[in-house]
Amino acid sequence: MLATASQRILGQSFQNIRPAVSVLRSYSSAAKQITVRDALNSALDEEMSADPKVFLMGEEVGEYQGAYKITKGLLEKYGPERVLDTPITEAGFTGIGVGAAYYGLKPVVEFMTFNFSMQAIDHIINSAAKSNYMSAGQISVPIVFRGPNGAAAGVGAQHSQCYASWYASCPGLKVLSPYNSEDARGLLKAAIRDPDPVVFLENELLYGESFSVSDEVLDSSFCLPIGKAKIEREGKDVTITAFSKMVGYALKAAEMLEKDGIYAEVINLRSIRPLDRSTINASVRKTNRLITVEEGFPQHGVGAEICASVVEESFAYLDAPVERIAGADVPMPYAANLERLAVPQIEDIVRAAKRACYRSVPLAATA
Amino acid sequence: MATAFSAPKFAAQPFTTISPTSQHKPLKIPTAASPFLGSTRKLLRLSSSSQLNLRRRSSGSVFAVSDVVKEKKPTPIPSLLITKEEGLELYEDMVLGRSFEDMCAQMYYRGKMFGFVHLYNGQEAVSTGFIKLLKQQDSVVSTYRDHVHALSKGVPARAVMSELFGKTTGCCRGQGGSMHMFSSEHNLIGGFAFIGEGIPVATGAAFTSKYKREVLKEADCDHVTLAFFGDGTCNNGQFFECLNMAALWKLPIVFVVENNLWAIGMSHLRATSDPQIYKKGPAFGMPGVHVDGMDVLKVREVAKEAIARARRGEGPTLVECETYRFRGHSLADPDELRDPTEKAHYAARDPITALKKYLIENNLSGEAELKAIDKKIDELLEDAVEFADESPLPPRSQLLENVFADPKGFGIGPDGRYRCEDPKFTQGTAHV
Repeated sequence: MLATASQRILGQSFQNIRPAVSVLRSYSSAAKQITVRDALNSALDEEMSADPKVFLMGEEVGEYQGAYKITKGLLEKYGPERVLDTPITEAGFTGIGVGAAYYGLKPVVEFMTFNFSMQAIDHIINSAAKSNYMSAGQISVPIVFRGPNGAAAGVGAQHSQCYASWYASCPGLKVLSPYNSEDARGLLKAAIRDPDPVVFLENELLYGESFSVSDEVLDSSFCLPIGKAKIEREGKDVTITAFSKMVGYALKAAEMLEKDGIYAEVINLRSIRPLDRSTINASVRKTNRLITVEEGFPQHGVGAEICASVVEESFAYLDAPVERIAGADVPMPYAANLERLAVPQIEDIVRAAKRACYRSVPLAATA
Repeated sequence: MATAFSAPKFAAQPFTTISPTSQHKPLKIPTAASPFLGSTRKLLRLSSSSQLNLRRRSSGSVFAVSDVVKEKKPTPIPSLLITKEEGLELYEDMVLGRSFEDMCAQMYYRGKMFGFVHLYNGQEAVSTGFIKLLKQQDSVVSTYRDHVHALSKGVPARAVMSELFGKTTGCCRGQGGSMHMFSSEHNLIGGFAFIGEGIPVATGAAFTSKYKREVLKEADCDHVTLAFFGDGTCNNGQFFECLNMAALWKLPIVFVVENNLWAIGMSHLRATSDPQIYKKGPAFGMPGVHVDGMDVLKVREVAKEAIARARRGEGPTLVECETYRFRGHSLADPDELRDPTEKAHYAARDPITALKKYLIENNLSGEAELKAIDKKIDELLEDAVEFADESPLPPRSQLLENVFADPKGFGIGPDGRYRCEDPKFTQGTAHV
């Protein structure tokens, strides 16, 4: 018991050790590798210890250590008044979070998946997003709604929807979607510190993936700006925009395209609302071709907005029609092969990029 | 999801009956002549038969409803319930509420006010009875029928009237409107159009009060929250979710049901399996109290105990105030479904007339003094209307303001810098 407790303490203080201490350096010569799960956990931990007004609320966040173990160890550290296990009452506890945020507390409300946020969407939109406007600035809502979003593996139609475009269409909300551990840490810390409602869309399949991070990322004051995208890979022939898991796919697609002599520029959106239109447009003006990739449904999706934005601002620069790659326009099927067809794959991105560059490619996926 | 508008057409139905509930003694089926849930005494008779049931179901520490009601039953009063000052304060507040709402109706029909306007005539006793017992730091959460809650909480009549006119001097600078009154100074946190939406928010405010005391160690924080909502809301899921969590976490909140028997055109009896709302309290582990909402003194007595309970940290209370709205659901509601006899019955129990009678009979005040208060309120309202009329409309630049507390949320402007760093930011960066 004692051994595991001290292990846990060691593990947590790891991230708090300032880069100046040489202990870290002795472990690896290159940067550290942490999973997205640990990145989120450390971000929550640091923000909760820095500000006593931050508290967590959600189903299974306490004693169960988090449905996906994101909030592991936080109940022991901060106690049940700050890590609240709620009953299964999304509408109720989301509204409670909003009411607490009205009075200056900083709740982090976890939805077990964002599909369940539909039961609470009245509070996310009507009482959180719109309150600062309706009260003419008297009441701000410094709340974060976080949880896994989008498709997982074989979880069926009701657990697989991507909510990025739904929330991003609503003024008054900020919508963030991290890809790697650096994004996860930096954006979650920024979201918790932000005085406005933030919808933080994670991805279940990314939780277990490790990414290397620099020591700067592990610093407890590390924060990423909201509203700025990141160019993950520079290129000159075609721009690929993506967020969350699709960034990984886009990067792999870019590697495959490089072998065919197409150099793709991959943009990790990070922030869906506000969308970093200037970065996207600058990139399109450089490459003249655009592919947008997302996992969600195509109609009225994030790609549609990016396409419209580029057509409005950089039409003269486009050499090919903008291609949208999105999930299939059907509720997510359960069968594994159908699910594979319903979600964008790396080959789809490669084919679309080649089409945009006028290479001849078959339109549909080969079975 | 119910929203605040009235359906233009509905089949007119006579105000009658439903079949009695299965296990309990059949509810006395109300006809037009007899009062529905008319008095606490009738309820006692009804609930005493099912008292055994309640006791068996509920835990030892929960009051069966009839207990609490019994203690509050007004016995022949040896001493008066209020002092003269309190009496006049209550009278003035209720007259302010009534006259304000009447003025709203006038202004609406003159075209100065628009959209959805829901008036509170007839229910003043609930607002005055509860809110006048609060401190400034206590919070009130209301629904779309929130003008009088705002006034009772202390928001100036001028600010409320301007807000209704959509002027920039309104309490929300014209951006909220009739249904969205907010005032952080007076701790009025809405104003919600969706029914049931305010209840979790109120529960959150109560949660904050407890959190501040226990986690942030602000030892003297004993702020109480009042959540006002109607009978229709008591069938909504969020209501039950919050009753559960408020009792579970012992939050300092009072759930005040303004049961005016009608949800637009839907009678409470037609919509609810068990119309006695106060009984839902003990099911969640909190006391449920029924009170005559047309009598401000009775409401005040119950409110005192409920608010004190919350302040002491003993948890929530559910108070059902049987009241009535004299006007339709909103100014767009033709109000055809309600029986005129029912309306007349409740008009005879007008809370303002009742309080006036009480004050005069008990020699707390005289006709002249009360008439002077009436006149004062009339002048106040004329001044409010004039102020609102003369106030300017919001400027164009106000359209984009206050979407975010942190304008960096607007993101990055065309020049690559954050929009909030642009000196012309508040003049409106989009082409409106």
